[in-house]
Amino acid sequence: MTDNTIDQPEDRVPKRVIGTPPATEAVLKDETVHEAAALPGVIYQDPASARKAEKTVALLFLIAFLAGAGFIASYVIFQVGTIDKTSTSNFALGGTLALALLALAAGITTWVRRIMPKYTMIQERHPMASDAETRETVKETFLAGAEESGFVKHGLLRRTLLLAAAPLGLAPLFLLKDLGPLPGTKLRHTVWGEPTKTGKPRRLITEGTGQPIRAADFNSPGGILSVVPEGYEHDLNALAKATLILLKFRPEEIKSGTNLNWTHDGIVAYSKICTHVGCPAALYEQTTHHILCPCHQSTFDAADGAKVVFGPAARPLPQLPIGIDGEGFLIAKADFNVPVGPSFWERGDAEAEAREKAEKA
Amino acid sequence: MDTPPKAIAGVSTFLDDRLGAGSFLKRNLRKMFPDHWSFLLGEIALYSFIVLLLTGTFLTFWFKPSMGHVMYDGSYEPLKGIMMSEAYASTLNISFDVRGGLLIRQIHHWAALLFVAGMVVHMLRVFFTGAYRKPRELNWLIGIGLLSLALFEGLTGYSLPDDLLSGAGLRITQGVILSIPLIGTYIQFFLFGGEYPGEDIISRFFTLHILLIPGILLALITAHMILMWVQKHTQMPGKGRTEKNVVGAPFYPAFMAKAGAYFLFTFGVLALLGTFAQINPIWLFGPYTPADISAGSQPDWYMGFLEGSLRLMVPWEINLFGTSGGTIPLSVLIPALVPLGIIMTGLALYPFLEQWVTGDRREHHIADRPRNNAHRTSIGISAVTFYGILWLLGANDEISANFHIGLYETTIFGRFAIFLGPVIAYIITYRVCIGLQRKDAEVVSHGVESGVIKRMPNGEYIEVHTPPADDILAHIRGKKEIPVIESGVDREGIPPKGARSLIGRLRAKMSKAYGTDRIPLEEGHGHGEEHAAVGAGERKEVH
Ligand code: HEM
Ligand code: FES
Repeated sequence: MTDNTIDQPEDRVPKRVIGTPPATEAVLKDETVHEAAALPGVIYQDPASARKAEKTVALLFLIAFLAGAGFIASYVIFQVGTIDKTSTSNFALGGTLALALLALAAGITTWVRRIMPKYTMIQERHPMASDAETRETVKETFLAGAEESGFVKHGLLRRTLLLAAAPLGLAPLFLLKDLGPLPGTKLRHTVWGEPTKTGKPRRLITEGTGQPIRAADFNSPGGILSVVPEGYEHDLNALAKATLILLKFRPEEIKSGTNLNWTHDGIVAYSKICTHVGCPAALYEQTTHHILCPCHQSTFDAADGAKVVFGPAARPLPQLPIGIDGEGFLIAKADFNVPVGPSFWERGDAEAEAREKAEKA
Repeated sequence: MDTPPKAIAGVSTFLDDRLGAGSFLKRNLRKMFPDHWSFLLGEIALYSFIVLLLTGTFLTFWFKPSMGHVMYDGSYEPLKGIMMSEAYASTLNISFDVRGGLLIRQIHHWAALLFVAGMVVHMLRVFFTGAYRKPRELNWLIGIGLLSLALFEGLTGYSLPDDLLSGAGLRITQGVILSIPLIGTYIQFFLFGGEYPGEDIISRFFTLHILLIPGILLALITAHMILMWVQKHTQMPGKGRTEKNVVGAPFYPAFMAKAGAYFLFTFGVLALLGTFAQINPIWLFGPYTPADISAGSQPDWYMGFLEGSLRLMVPWEINLFGTSGGTIPLSVLIPALVPLGIIMTGLALYPFLEQWVTGDRREHHIADRPRNNAHRTSIGISAVTFYGILWLLGANDEISANFHIGLYETTIFGRFAIFLGPVIAYIITYRVCIGLQRKDAEVVSHGVESGVIKRMPNGEYIEVHTPPADDILAHIRGKKEIPVIESGVDREGIPPKGARSLIGRLRAKMSKAYGTDRIPLEEGHGHGEEHAAVGAGERKEVH
């Protein structure tokens, strides 16, 4: 793109000159450089080299034609379905399409650069502003129109028009109201607090397998278990708040941040929903007992009430009170005592509130 | 050819008889387009957008924007029999059961990345050459609108396939919306039609993604092109180029053909990428569930800086009214809004702030070389550094894994770097600009090294300097002084009215710092449009 400067190499000096600049265009007046002064800024290519270039261009166009035809053929020949077949079809279609487009592009570029003349034409530029006279005319026309319309003189008309427009302008906002229900206190509860249909406490269910968890069998040797509420295994709205991680500690590992009344035999359940912006805090490092959220790397100490040890999350992962039912399966004893997941305006310091409540009780 | 072929003449006459298009064409067929590689950056964005429209329309023929649950029964074996949303199932269907579907999907995604990248680089070009100055401020603002909308368009598109990866992005979006003081929960419930994730968001995003935002984008792009056409391109300083002309190649036939080739080239490269560089293999991620996340998930590149700023943040949160509410999650709000706010607001205001500081109300059609406005260039580079650090930190887990640096160390480094980096970048850039200006000044006053070594009578060797080629000289002499507003006191010791207030004094100070030419070129040959006496004959390209 750099060869259209004012100067042209000697060998580009034209063999013949066709056409003169349109009268409106300034010629390179004060140019002191070579012949340009006499030229309209159009420098023709050497006809012999242009003829040579034509062959290149024709070849490229021919390639584009073949590739384009290949594209159509590929569509007919290659079917999709399995991963392998899809992949073959993708390569055939994409390869031919890319080749056709690129060959065409190269052909046209060669045409422009080696067959079309070199241009250094000049066009005048005028200030953007219109002249004073035009501005004056527009101003007067505007004033005359305003006067004629009576908009200025008839104040009542003006005011009632504005009045009429106001509710119509607001109407769309009201129409949008039914986009969704009001939040109410929905963000404060999860399905763990709701009784099951049979009235029994809600069991903890292993995500994926759908099996309830027998406390005696649960031994998470370093791992964590992702847990969903019984009856809501596939309800995404419920899961977005109620998903848990379950861990088991030896008694001496548990620190004061963890509420022991809410554990069962060293088994602790925390909300899996990160208190930062809600990603599932899914990673666990056994040696440090650190729960790591992969989104922005908030890190929680699982042995110490999942308090924050690093990262942007400002609050611990809430702990769920758990116990066992008559058959020895893990159940939720109550809902979380604070809202889970990301913070929101109405939330307030729910942790302090819960502490106060606990002290009173 | 003496007369146009019948077909063309016939159609033209038909149209001209009805529209009078002749006079428009007379004025515009030979419209000049200056030639500079950096002027092509905006075109990349334009052509990517066209590719997006074409491929996106193709995708809509099969895509089903619904969150209704279906059991997958398509060709992709590993997911057969699994429950998923219709959106995800139809995206799998596009990928495995529609011939060319995978190709078009991948081209669409690559084009989205290139679209935003093209815009950003184009915007940097405009910024660093001062091409946003009067009369082009409006187009600058339109450009910022386009960039913001494109980010939003990308966000909505990324969420459509409803796979585990796109769901993670959506979840973060939801968390950020919730954090907005006072109305956050309401906006979230309205947007998602209730609790997250609900059943509505995909179809709503679909409408935004394929109708509303592209419609506005198309309108703004059209306006952008019309303004560019009316105001004409800027041009780099050089011989024969003045504030009152445009030097270049005419629209018809040269520019037209070049633009066509360039579109095909962009499309061709996107097709290559779509064929050979796999992108967003949604079948590997599985359907979305809020209970899981694929580790090491990365957003599209243009969202990386938001990810980085969220990661950098410290855990601040305040409860204005204690236990009864007023929660402001600063650890979400600040990183989500402040960097984006600083960058977008800064960009939008820059032309006007610069005008205010310099008092320069002239039209500018000759672009600045970045070095010649050292403060502007330094401000720009420090903004790029700010953005770049956030962007890098958006991938700190990858950096930590690949370079064996502790994860938290990268974050802590970032917390300092985000403040220090831009300052350091400013200082270095300023020095570099001044150094380059000094080099230019030397070329003007002493000429260029000729490579010829001469032995002086006293035995000393010197290198002969020859005057620079006149087009180089013209390019250098294109440097234009930056105005400084009046601030001096008059004879009675009273400063001019505007400069008396605190703000006025600050403005005068900034103006002086911003505008003062520390390395003036040697006088004598005049400025810009005039050029030095004919130089040495060699013809070098300066661009
Ligand atoms: C303007 C016309 C456009 C239409 C009609 C359109 C349509 C679509 C449709 C139907 C999908 C879902 C299909 C799929 O999963 O692949 C989609 C996905 C997407 N769109 Fe668009 N789109 C348009 C423009 C854009 C633009 C301007 C951007 C970016 C700035 C964009 C970015 C995306 C992304 C990132 C995806 C996800 C692709 C993937 O699944 O890999 N689209 N688009
Ligand atoms: S969502 Fe967990 S750290 Fe951000």
